[in-house]
Amino acid sequence: MTERGRKALLLAPAGIWLLVMLALPLLVVFVFSFGERGAAGGYVPAFTLEQYANLPARWTAFKNTLILAPLGTIAALVIAYPLAYFLAVRCSPKWRTSLLILVIVPFWTSILIRSYAWIFILGGRGLPALLESIGIDDIRLINTPFAVLVGIVYGYLPLMVFPIFVSLDKLDKRLLEASADLGSTPWRTFRQVTLPLSVPGIATGCMLVFILLMGEFLIPAILGGGKVFFVGNALVDLFLQSRNWAYGSAVAMTLVVVMLVTVSIYMKFISRLGGQREDVSLM
Amino acid sequence: MTKDNGTISKQKFMEELRRYQKGSVTRRHFLGVTGLGMATAVLGTAIPGLRPRPAFAAGDIGDRVILATWPNYHDEMNFEAFTEATGAHVQVNVFGSNEEMLAKLQAGGSGWDVFVPTNYTITTYVGEDLIIPLDTSKLPNYDAGSFEQRFSDAGSVDGQLYAVPKNWGTTGFAVNTSKLDGAPTPTTWKEFWDLTMEGYSGRTMVHDYQLTTIGNALKYFGYSFNSVDEKELADAEKLLLDAKPHLFAISSDYQPPMRNGDAWMTMCWTGDGKQMNVDMPEIAYVLGTEGGELWSDYYAIPKGAPHMDAAYALIDFLLNPEVNAKEVLAHGYPSADARTNALLPKELLEDPILYPAADLLNALEFGAAATLTDPNRAELLARFKSA
Repeated sequence: MTERGRKALLLAPAGIWLLVMLALPLLVVFVFSFGERGAAGGYVPAFTLEQYANLPARWTAFKNTLILAPLGTIAALVIAYPLAYFLAVRCSPKWRTSLLILVIVPFWTSILIRSYAWIFILGGRGLPALLESIGIDDIRLINTPFAVLVGIVYGYLPLMVFPIFVSLDKLDKRLLEASADLGSTPWRTFRQVTLPLSVPGIATGCMLVFILLMGEFLIPAILGGGKVFFVGNALVDLFLQSRNWAYGSAVAMTLVVVMLVTVSIYMKFISRLGGQREDVSLM
Repeated sequence: MTKDNGTISKQKFMEELRRYQKGSVTRRHFLGVTGLGMATAVLGTAIPGLRPRPAFAAGDIGDRVILATWPNYHDEMNFEAFTEATGAHVQVNVFGSNEEMLAKLQAGGSGWDVFVPTNYTITTYVGEDLIIPLDTSKLPNYDAGSFEQRFSDAGSVDGQLYAVPKNWGTTGFAVNTSKLDGAPTPTTWKEFWDLTMEGYSGRTMVHDYQLTTIGNALKYFGYSFNSVDEKELADAEKLLLDAKPHLFAISSDYQPPMRNGDAWMTMCWTGDGKQMNVDMPEIAYVLGTEGGELWSDYYAIPKGAPHMDAAYALIDFLLNPEVNAKEVLAHGYPSADARTNALLPKELLEDPILYPAADLLNALEFGAAATLTDPNRAELLARFKSA
């Protein structure tokens, strides 16, 4: 077999997968987005821009997604970084494996069930009742953007911890010693050595969490009580309740475009941040 | 058996039975803790007539039947009995709206054998060629004459039978009266919405369901529950958007927050109202005097059902008046079947939640087919939710 043939053969499974599972469905959605809703719902072929003209009716859903997805990503990062730092740098190797397993354990239960548990923690008889006993009255947590944010951080934390952990774990400890030898304070060492070297991990973690959050629908549905609506929720509604596949496709295409734009801005930002070094890769 | 169960009080037995019916304990736990398992085992060997005699040999109708239905709408024990009698396991999918059921069937490949459509959807299913005409020879327990006609006639389209009646009920609202500070219990939809935006702000729930949420908003202005008039829908939308910031949630799963006190008032179906009222008498079930929805649910078989024989067997089993009576006792939705009602206790048949006074009942409307398929109503609710 020629070199070329071997290459083609090796790439074929991934190529077929991408074609059947990504390109074709996306094409269907693209075509549907110019169609019309059937009389009893569904899709009838047509060529109209009406669905796109209707997009402002879902502005709030886009706004919620574009605010809460980055906010959730940042909140997850702020909580995950110290944890990953502790696990990779400070923790004794004896405990490291067990602690890492503890980070993964929640993944053994469905996110649906774990989010449901938060209904009770944030509901009237949970945290608010506890706060009331120390004199803070009338706090509503469940079905607010805050509840959704808590659910997001809780659900996505491991996805943020691991890439950062990996990049910190690979970090050459001799660099830290060298920095200290040359007179840096621990804070300066962290800022000038550790943090820049963990940028690839941060970038990967943020990317993973952010992209998944843009399509999130379960957590807002459960902890937002139908009041904190993401684009994902609007899509579920359009396909499963009002059965307007054409409009749903237009909203989905718009989400894909919004995602491409935000992600490419983000990539540019990250590559500038780590531009001085060559070893910055996103995956 | 190694455990000594001792004896069990009547009250404890009933508590265990309710826990078992609600699915919070397993059958094994129930039989063990009540001693019924032991009793049945002993009796069973002593009296051969008590040994189960399957109506079908196991495997005749396949090993499973898939049922798409509504929340809190069956007696789990009946499904177990069905499995014991036929060998077919009942797999239950729960849905929140007729729209969602229609969407699944339209998309194809639902895999359902039996589903539970509401009266006003059946003509659409027939028009879209999504359900099959029923062969009554396979439903010996179906007796058309024993059903109250207004709750069974939607099952036939152009003289052809497509669906047989399950239960009927009303859509009103449930209100926790202990939070009213002595004010009288509201009796109208106008009061429902006004209270939502004032005293009960942040404590009210509406269905995630266009028919009832829009319909009951239309009632605020005295319009028809089924209105598809543009101006009337615009009024309803304005009311919904004004009320939205005051809502606790938009969800059809309202029992848990009502029970734990997070929500104080909610749009509510008969059986949920009854179930909550039994456990917490301060939760009243109210039918708005302006009207609202009267509905009737049916059993039907979707086209292409993978286990057709099992589908017929399950429907026929659930139509058996004795089985049906157990269903009613478990879920609290009235049956339109005179044979079933004959087996129910008198208190239940006189219950004001299940069987509302005639003047309240007469003000109600059945949902209309046009309401289901009207694109403006569908989009209105989707807009309200994403607002």
